Amino acid sequence: MELTSPSEFAKEKVQAIQDYALLSSRSLANLFRPPLYLGDMFQQADLIGVGSLPIVVLTGFFTGAVLALNTAETLGRFGSLTLIGQLVSISMVRELGPVLTGLMVAGRNASGMASELGSMIVTEQIDAMRALGTDPTKKLVIPRIAATVFMLFFLTIISDLLGLVGGNAVSTLLLGLDSHQYWTSAWQILVFRDVFTGLMKPVVFGLIISTIGCYYGMSARGGTQGVGRATTQAVVAASVLILVMDFFLTKLLIVLLGYR
Amino acid sequence: MPVPTLPLESAKAATGGPSQHAIVFNDVAIAFEDNVVLDGVSFRLDHGETKAVFGVAGAGKSTILKLALGLIKPDRGQIIVLGEDVTQMKEEDLFELRRRVGIVFQESALFDSLTVRDNVAFRLMEEGEVSEDEIERRVREALSFVELERTVDMLPSELSGGMRRRVAIARAIVTHPEVLLYDSPTGGLDPVTSTTIIELIVKQRDVYKTSSLLVSHRLQDAFIMATHCFDRTTNKMQPLPPGAHGEVPMTFLVLRDGKVIFDGDAHELVQSKDEYIREYIS
Repeated sequence: MELTSPSEFAKEKVQAIQDYALLSSRSLANLFRPPLYLGDMFQQADLIGVGSLPIVVLTGFFTGAVLALNTAETLGRFGSLTLIGQLVSISMVRELGPVLTGLMVAGRNASGMASELGSMIVTEQIDAMRALGTDPTKKLVIPRIAATVFMLFFLTIISDLLGLVGGNAVSTLLLGLDSHQYWTSAWQILVFRDVFTGLMKPVVFGLIISTIGCYYGMSARGGTQGVGRATTQAVVAASVLILVMDFFLTKLLIVLLGYR
Repeated sequence: MPVPTLPLESAKAATGGPSQHAIVFNDVAIAFEDNVVLDGVSFRLDHGETKAVFGVAGAGKSTILKLALGLIKPDRGQIIVLGEDVTQMKEEDLFELRRRVGIVFQESALFDSLTVRDNVAFRLMEEGEVSEDEIERRVREALSFVELERTVDMLPSELSGGMRRRVAIARAIVTHPEVLLYDSPTGGLDPVTSTTIIELIVKQRDVYKTSSLLVSHRLQDAFIMATHCFDRTTNKMQPLPPGAHGEVPMTFLVLRDGKVIFDGDAHELVQSKDEYIREYIS
């Protein structure tokens, strides 16, 4: 195995960050600048949004269910089993809904974007597109960013709702709680800042997933092996970045919205 | 052994008056990391001329085409395409110029998720000002030129290598570009299919008289082009009488170690005393 000098390694990393920042900023700057590829945006929205719906539904439902199941014993010990709706609601809306949906979509779509664009790079299709007078950033990257941000927002709402349904199923069927009470406490605990926090995150996560997926795809080198490497790196980088950004975003929103 | 290059004076003369030429390369150099690919390359392609670029693998032939389209930037020198200095242009401005130039990539580079129709129509659909009927008519016209009308609804993966190359030619000519660039159009094809592709290029050259830059490592392809013309009555390529020249000027450019060592017509190439060229054409 060839060893890389520390300075070369550092240069490569700085170069990669610079290229990523350039691709992202150029894409965001051109987001509403014509030509707008609305057809491609709808196609990507279908692939990313509708395509991810089954895994998001399943993830949301069972996360809410297992959350209720795991916390029931602790809450019961303090005689607060009726608060289970509040716990599931706050956990899903603020944190688990956005993060788990983000991770699921990252696993499914960041890899898809990286492999698709990577294959186009190694078969000269991106060069061909540029040679035919079409900007690949506008034609390929921007529709993916717009579709991911837009669809992840709604997928998160669906995941939150399904999580609450899962919690309700466990509470009523296994724990014998009243369904009406569950929904009332789950609804009443939510305030603006919780919902705002929960809906800000998918916007940022959507940006991370799409820009990382497109960046690794557009910078793929070295044939099919390079495409495979880009795909893996895209999923790993997007997943890690989601978790890291989640912490900083949560902290920032706590400060901005003034809650503990 | 030092590589002989074109004298500076002839290079200067070659690049004089850029606007009257389709493509002008003036002292162009490019290196990939430590590997110098082109080192002071100068030549010009006149309007209506066809120039075949030769060299061994890695001589920088395909790089010349990518530089001409502004897909990569040179480290040094000036490249003028249709009167525009592509070395000074931003990527956004280059898209307009690229619409006036057609290119056939080495491996065809067809969009594998689009049908043949959508591949050929890609540029027309991107322009957004052409009606559906007009697009259909021009796609049929381009596919009929390469005799592949029946493949219109097929995907590139369903086509043979030669058919893909012909679709790539149809995609390049569908907008009737002012300049055509061919990157090893016969590379990896059997002799019969290669001759079919060359016949199409000769047809394009003699029917539309488009300025063309053809990169190849197969000298016989260019000699066929230099010694044949397209007969519209028989719809076939016919050999020219001995000593006769075709309607469209055809020149040769030979690269060696990143430099131009020959730039002239077929007669001059055959008469060349340069050892390397003699070995190359033998």
